[in-house]
Amino acid sequence: MDVNKIRQSFPILHQEVNGHPLVYLDSAATSQKPQVVIDAVEQYYREYNSNVHRGVHTLGTKATDGYEGARDKVRRFINAKSTQEVIFTRGTTTSINTVASSYGKANLQEGDEIVITPMEHHSNIIPWQQTAKATGATLKYIPLQADGTITLDDVKATITNKTKIVAMMHVSNVLGTINPIKEVAEIAHEHGAVMLVDGAQSTPHMRIDVQYLDCDFFAFSGHKMGGPTGIGVLYGKKHLLEAMEPVEFGGEMIDFVNLYDSTWKELPWKFEGGTPIIAGAIGLGAAIDFLEEIGLEAIEAHEQQLAQYALERLGSMEGVTVYGPEERAGLVTFNLDDVHPHDVATVLDAEGIAVRAGHHCAQPLMKWLDVSATARASFYVYNTKEDVDAFVAGLQKTKEFFSNVF
Amino acid sequence: MSFNNLDQLYRQVIMDHYKNPRNKGSLAGEHVTVDMNNPTCGDRIQLQLEVEDGKVVDAKFDGEGCSISMSSASMMTQAIKGKSVEEAVKISGIFSDMMQGKEPEIDIDDLGDIQALQGVAKFPARIKCATLPWKAMEQGVAEKQ
Repeated sequence: MDVNKIRQSFPILHQEVNGHPLVYLDSAATSQKPQVVIDAVEQYYREYNSNVHRGVHTLGTKATDGYEGARDKVRRFINAKSTQEVIFTRGTTTSINTVASSYGKANLQEGDEIVITPMEHHSNIIPWQQTAKATGATLKYIPLQADGTITLDDVKATITNKTKIVAMMHVSNVLGTINPIKEVAEIAHEHGAVMLVDGAQSTPHMRIDVQYLDCDFFAFSGHKMGGPTGIGVLYGKKHLLEAMEPVEFGGEMIDFVNLYDSTWKELPWKFEGGTPIIAGAIGLGAAIDFLEEIGLEAIEAHEQQLAQYALERLGSMEGVTVYGPEERAGLVTFNLDDVHPHDVATVLDAEGIAVRAGHHCAQPLMKWLDVSATARASFYVYNTKEDVDAFVAGLQKTKEFFSNVF
Repeated sequence: MSFNNLDQLYRQVIMDHYKNPRNKGSLAGEHVTVDMNNPTCGDRIQLQLEVEDGKVVDAKFDGEGCSISMSSASMMTQAIKGKSVEEAVKISGIFSDMMQGKEPEIDIDDLGDIQALQGVAKFPARIKCATLPWKAMEQGVAEKQ
């Protein structure tokens, strides 16, 4: 994998921020976009912008081919059996909410359980809180180990025959923990529960095979994998999606509309009410082509190397606390003694280094870590060892700066 | 941006208020309590005000946050203690103008320690840190009236 060549594909990286070359270490929040994605979106608007699934005219056909072609790219990318199982949404949040509202409210009743973990992103907590409140179901948490992982023994102890839904992130956006999804799905199935996976932090970085994982629902966002914002995917097993009611009603998703009653289109379109996110889907398709060309295995190995290198460098620095397990995805969440993460991020920004500071949409996890906030450096295909060096040097400067002002 | 700008942001007096906050804690007597947080970053403040006959008799705060939000809270309580509600709200308005980079209507030296926060205006991402305690104060005195 030639990182320098890859970097040439990302125009945004070649700029100075605050007088320093940009070091972008916030890809877990959103990734940068390769030129091919920018071009694909622009080309759609410039050459064949049209609504899909209705125009008899030539541009309408081209737009429909582009949109449905992107769906097939997603199907291959995650190894779904059929494009009927691939629903375009606004992002991971919408995908999870669709399952919580539709499947959750139809299949849960008082006494039933929803099982999640304390490391979840807010988008995989709140939909379940709301569904639990609406149905009388109970929300249960699989406890975390001291290093921010879960054990299968705890999974087995938490999931019972009352459990109807297990929802879990594949990779933690804070700890970098990689959860044993396949094994948890198997336990869930033994108890007759369905398994939803929040794949927002895994899909951009590793090979996803929904059939191998044997999960029932899988949600992810386009913008974290080089695609545009506003496009995401909900994968669901066909028999489950078929039995589910849509959550949005209107144009595009109907079969027949009568005065007092209507019927829905077949999958996947019954879940895509309104004019869909055409440019977004086409952009996501281009991002998938881009990632496939590099190879997901190479991307994963590259990022893990960077994370291990960052861990090593931070480990030898005094006054740095790193959160999460040794074996992790490509991100490092940390705190500097006596310096608030916002202040860390501001000083790093003055050096052109972009990191995230805050609660990372994981307030329950912050509570578990017993911190109010943390800082995070996250890596992607375009990051280099030199980026990590610049980051560590920036942190060193941050330490010096604050020891001087105090 | 250089460390020069950072020096303007992290002024000595700000760091002093951060490390040695004034009026930190809680009030015993009759008071109004305002809890406010910045949901995007996790900063939170609990402000307690004792308001009597239109005057802020006492003010204390507690909370968690960055150097800017916590020093601002410390300075704010210092600035409004003993002032009339009207004056306190007026200072808050001046502070808000200062955060938007506007020249304050009054001589800046009259603002005391608060003027050290002027550098925050150059860091748009941090303005909401500095204004959080002031918003809490405005809500508190409004509740009292």
